[in-house]
Amino acid sequence: MDVEIMLRVDGSEYRLIVDTRTTLLDALRERLDITSVKKGCDHGQCGACTVLLDGRRALSCLALAVAHRGAEIVTAGGLGNGELHPMQRAFISHDAFQCGYCTPGQIVSAVGMLQEAAAGWPSVVSKDLAADGVVLDDEEIRERMSGNLCRCAAYANIVPAIAEVAR
Amino acid sequence: MKPFRYERPATVADAVALLTAEPKAAFLVGGTNLVDHLRLGIATPDLLVDVRQLTSDRIEELPDGGVRIGAAVPNSDLAADRLIRRRYPVLSAAVLSGASGQLRNFATTGGNLLQRTRCPYFQDLTTPCNKRERGSGCSARDGYQRDHAIFGASEQCVATHPSDMAVAMAALDAVVRVRGPGGERTIPLTDLHRLPGDEPERDTVLGHGELITAVELPPLPVAANSRYRKVRDRASYAFALVSAAVALDVADGGIRDVRIALGGVAHKPWRARRAEAALRGGPVSEERFRAAAEAELAGARPLPGNAFKVPLARNVIVRMLLDLAEEQR
Repeated sequence: MDVEIMLRVDGSEYRLIVDTRTTLLDALRERLDITSVKKGCDHGQCGACTVLLDGRRALSCLALAVAHRGAEIVTAGGLGNGELHPMQRAFISHDAFQCGYCTPGQIVSAVGMLQEAAAGWPSVVSKDLAADGVVLDDEEIRERMSGNLCRCAAYANIVPAIAEVAR
Repeated sequence: MKPFRYERPATVADAVALLTAEPKAAFLVGGTNLVDHLRLGIATPDLLVDVRQLTSDRIEELPDGGVRIGAAVPNSDLAADRLIRRRYPVLSAAVLSGASGQLRNFATTGGNLLQRTRCPYFQDLTTPCNKRERGSGCSARDGYQRDHAIFGASEQCVATHPSDMAVAMAALDAVVRVRGPGGERTIPLTDLHRLPGDEPERDTVLGHGELITAVELPPLPVAANSRYRKVRDRASYAFALVSAAVALDVADGGIRDVRIALGGVAHKPWRARRAEAALRGGPVSEERFRAAAEAELAGARPLPGNAFKVPLARNVIVRMLLDLAEEQR
């Protein structure tokens, strides 16, 4: 069943007709040629397809495009408004990747994660769940980023890259 | 993926009517479990009824001091809510123990409860599974058993319900509010999910067309002293081998109130009523904590591949009770 939808992606507006089965990930990559968002496992287990969906980090492989008509989407390619976003610069300066395939998802997820921490959201490793502020030490960063897997295991550099932007 | 129609009705009543009229239909909210099962070919509806914007996404205090959580409240918002963190910390901790940041942002309260009870064979279409295909057999009986149930399983199915949130809600005497073709009803959370018996394909007692609209928590003083602990094969983003939601209220060295529920051990969140009964009223002691845990676990029927869960669950319960008692000395 075909449905006409509108999506706002990285500041541009797109109108397209999609089958109801189309995920946001496939709509972005296959229909709109926005390939900064990556397909890893396609089952919500790896985080490579992470985008900001209406301001929150989300897995685009588990979102049906038809269910997010009119949504505001930001991919890694749209984070910096034409320049490198501070998180992207930190990933480069810390050499926080090897093959790079998980990197766009890692970066978008880290940006969304910092917003969550700034809003005072606790994590399961937070010492005091009721505390107002969040101190993003390495343990907190690792826990909050656990939805993004890196098969090259570049975590040793990913954590310091995120920590640099966080602190 | 099999083709399906998609509808986004304007009211809960319309959603219930639409779904009721179509035998092969499913409600869609966050989609974090359903979309994966659509892709795997496990879920094959002809119609998806999107209710993401229909039920409440608010958490409100009730006149009796309890709390009502709208079915559309995202898991992230539930875990971060200040009232929940203060009054029901076990619930916040349980939600934060589950899934990943991305998933919690779109998984909802109602959807979390209705994620499928499952095991790896349920998701592997190349293997027999009675839950997926009635009468095809249970691959776990002679296979991988590490994630599987030690309580209440049947010859047909030994899968576990993976929700952490539901385990905390089971301990907190939560009540589920449901709208269906026959009107509204409430179901105690501990009665929402079923044991597999001879119908392993049915995870819950909900009828076709019934929609969860909210979860209500009663005012519960013991909940202020509550915790969640989850033991798993990796430090984060994995299902529980064993988890426990425990609340303990100690006064004058005696146990005034206690709640214990276990996750990763049954086809449903497992409220440990035998352990609670053994504890309530008596003094605080490690010996009694151990005896209470063992009273509960006397009912366990583990498989060869998950017998470790019996001592693991016992140790988790005892350690949590000791920690909670210590905090209140």
